[in-house]
Amino acid sequence: MEILLAMTIGLLYAAGIFLILRRSMVRLIIGLILLGNGANLLIFLLGRISKGKPPIIPEESKVFLDAYADPIPQALILTAIVISFGLQAYAIILVKRAYRVVKTDDIEEMITTDEI
Amino acid sequence: MNTIILKTASKYLLPLLLLFSIFVLLRGHYLPGGGFVGGLIAAIAFVLHAFANGLPHTQRLMRIHPGFLMPFGLAISTISGMFPMLLNQPFMTGVWKKDPVPVIGSLGSALFFDIGVYLVVIGASLTILFTISETR
Amino acid sequence: MIAHVVIWPILLPLVSAIVLMFFWNQSKIQRYITVLGHGITLLASFWLAMRTYSGDILTLNAGSWSAPYGIVFVADALSGSLVLLASLAAFCVGLFSVVSIGQGRASFGYFPILQFLLMGLNGSFLAGDIFNLYVWFEVIIISSFVLITLGSEKAQLEGAIKYVTMNLLASVIFLTGIAMLYGLLGSLNLADLSLKISQSEDNGLINTAAVLLLVGFGIKSAIFPMYFWLPASYHTPPAAVSAIFGGLLTKVGVYAMIRVFSLLFIDDPFIRGILIVLAVSSMVVGAMGALVQQNIRKIFSFLIISHIGFMIAGLGMFSTIAVIGMVFYLFHDIIVKTNAFMISGLIYKLRGSFRLENLGGMYNRYPYLSIMFALALFSLVGTPPLSGFWPKLFLLKASFNDLNWWIIGGIIAASFLTLIAIIKIWLAAFWKKHPNYAEAKKRIVWYDLPKIQKFTILLPIAILTFVSLYLGLNASRVVEICQLVADQITQPSVYIDAVLSNPVNQP
Repeated sequence: MEILLAMTIGLLYAAGIFLILRRSMVRLIIGLILLGNGANLLIFLLGRISKGKPPIIPEESKVFLDAYADPIPQALILTAIVISFGLQAYAIILVKRAYRVVKTDDIEEMITTDEI
Repeated sequence: MNTIILKTASKYLLPLLLLFSIFVLLRGHYLPGGGFVGGLIAAIAFVLHAFANGLPHTQRLMRIHPGFLMPFGLAISTISGMFPMLLNQPFMTGVWKKDPVPVIGSLGSALFFDIGVYLVVIGASLTILFTISETR
Repeated sequence: MIAHVVIWPILLPLVSAIVLMFFWNQSKIQRYITVLGHGITLLASFWLAMRTYSGDILTLNAGSWSAPYGIVFVADALSGSLVLLASLAAFCVGLFSVVSIGQGRASFGYFPILQFLLMGLNGSFLAGDIFNLYVWFEVIIISSFVLITLGSEKAQLEGAIKYVTMNLLASVIFLTGIAMLYGLLGSLNLADLSLKISQSEDNGLINTAAVLLLVGFGIKSAIFPMYFWLPASYHTPPAAVSAIFGGLLTKVGVYAMIRVFSLLFIDDPFIRGILIVLAVSSMVVGAMGALVQQNIRKIFSFLIISHIGFMIAGLGMFSTIAVIGMVFYLFHDIIVKTNAFMISGLIYKLRGSFRLENLGGMYNRYPYLSIMFALALFSLVGTPPLSGFWPKLFLLKASFNDLNWWIIGGIIAASFLTLIAIIKIWLAAFWKKHPNYAEAKKRIVWYDLPKIQKFTILLPIAILTFVSLYLGLNASRVVEICQLVADQITQPSVYIDAVLSNPVNQP
């Protein structure tokens, strides 16, 4: 399972970076989304995965009876997902706006800001 | 999407989904659920309605712009976070009422924080989705 | 309530933002509330800073969860001073925006977003937990995204695409670094991480995490090979927005680097070497970039890159004197860069252009104002006895102690090139005759403004110039504070003890 996840993460990072290096704005956004997902999966993997052991103390006892899944990576991922949801929604609207104003999808043509 | 099935169904699904979102919001402290998920469910209910009946119709149904929910939600969350400071405890400390309240269960500042999150999430996600679908 | 002084600089902007959101469409009331909210935040920050200058490290365990487990807010002398300076800069920018931001931008929520930006800045200075730091960074970047695109002009959107991409990329890299640290050490609290790193033996992976954090913060603070987004975006929004971006956003990256490389990854010659190379390259390359530019705001943008290099050089050397110089430079740079961008906005209001070839005749027309501008601009260079002189002196002294000729050469070359760039602005905008005044006059709005509005625009520039003069002329007091900061950050054990020994119910 760990090997599979590690390969998925590598694939997500590679695909994300590849897409960021393209010239099209839409691919840029998709690349950023993939990178974000890769980072979230990485937190999940590095927090050690365990199956079917929620970090909840049963009602009849006072302490954990068994090894349990670390809840912190889950909380971190949840936070990171919420943040990236907001940022990506913003980025998509920005790209849409930019497309309407600049009238191109090609980042190489956005050179107004580079004038001396 | 102008199918009559979806149109009819969305009329009944909207109140049902809203009720379900409140249920998810209230069970959120010890069980899966909470303000964020509840807010998303409520937002999806309105999005479904807009799919079936068109955006203007949903906006008329909502009466206010969804963005107006955000300051209210933020205010509720912030006040519930600051409330323990009045009792000379650190920011965001959970303050609980001793006796449980019927239907809701134990009542504490965390619940109000979640209600605030619920309102902010509805407001923010509907504002985003309406903005995307309005400007073609 | 009084004992929670650590959290007030974060909460007050939040409360002001909420109040401002209730008055969404009444931009006149919003302008009053903005000034009031920033003013109260400034007072609270001043109080917090004064309490940290006694040498105490104040902590607050949010939600009563004790230190390595819960989220902790920490105010040492460095955080306290930066919170004070951020609140001061934001107060001045808020005052400047009251007149200079038009109805259109105000109706899309400019003023509440400015408060959220200040909340994010103060939050990241006070965060004692690396994931919390990440969250505050996100608060900052989402607010700055909105501020940089408000108005939706063509140049703004193009600049925003570059700005947004690089900042999102930096966040992902930062998050990857956090994931590695958590996977290796199982903690997120900075103090706890510091203890665990000093005990761990697996240095290879920890160095990898350190370099990831260096790249993430490096993109945010625009150091040498990662700065291209900054001069492509900072000159596009209104001057008030450029001012708060130029003064504070890159400095948050520098602050994060100082925190991480003074607390977590301490004795690592490899990383120190990288930092020094990056610092010297940033100094020289940034200053050379400034020379060819014709737009005042682009000149200042390149100077930001150059001057970030000075601070990173101090971090690279990391002797007590170097740290004093670095911290002093950080204080001076926040004030002076904010002021420089506001001055460029005022020049635009007075002369109708940001471009040097369309400017001129300022000194002839406004001699007293020009002298005030000269004080601000030449403290950027480091002319004695203005505020930029002292930190450079300390940095040079530290590099002579190490006999590090690269840094010595870099500091001297960058200062000289900065001097040339500033003289270029001075000659073109102030001493030269205006090339075509009759034509430019049509675009100038200044003469139509009522007196009170003129005063509101000039006041923040005067305040910041005064503070910069104070930093320069009362340098002994500032050096005392920097000495305290240097003592605290060169001995991480003080910070660690203060955070981990704090009993829970003691706010």
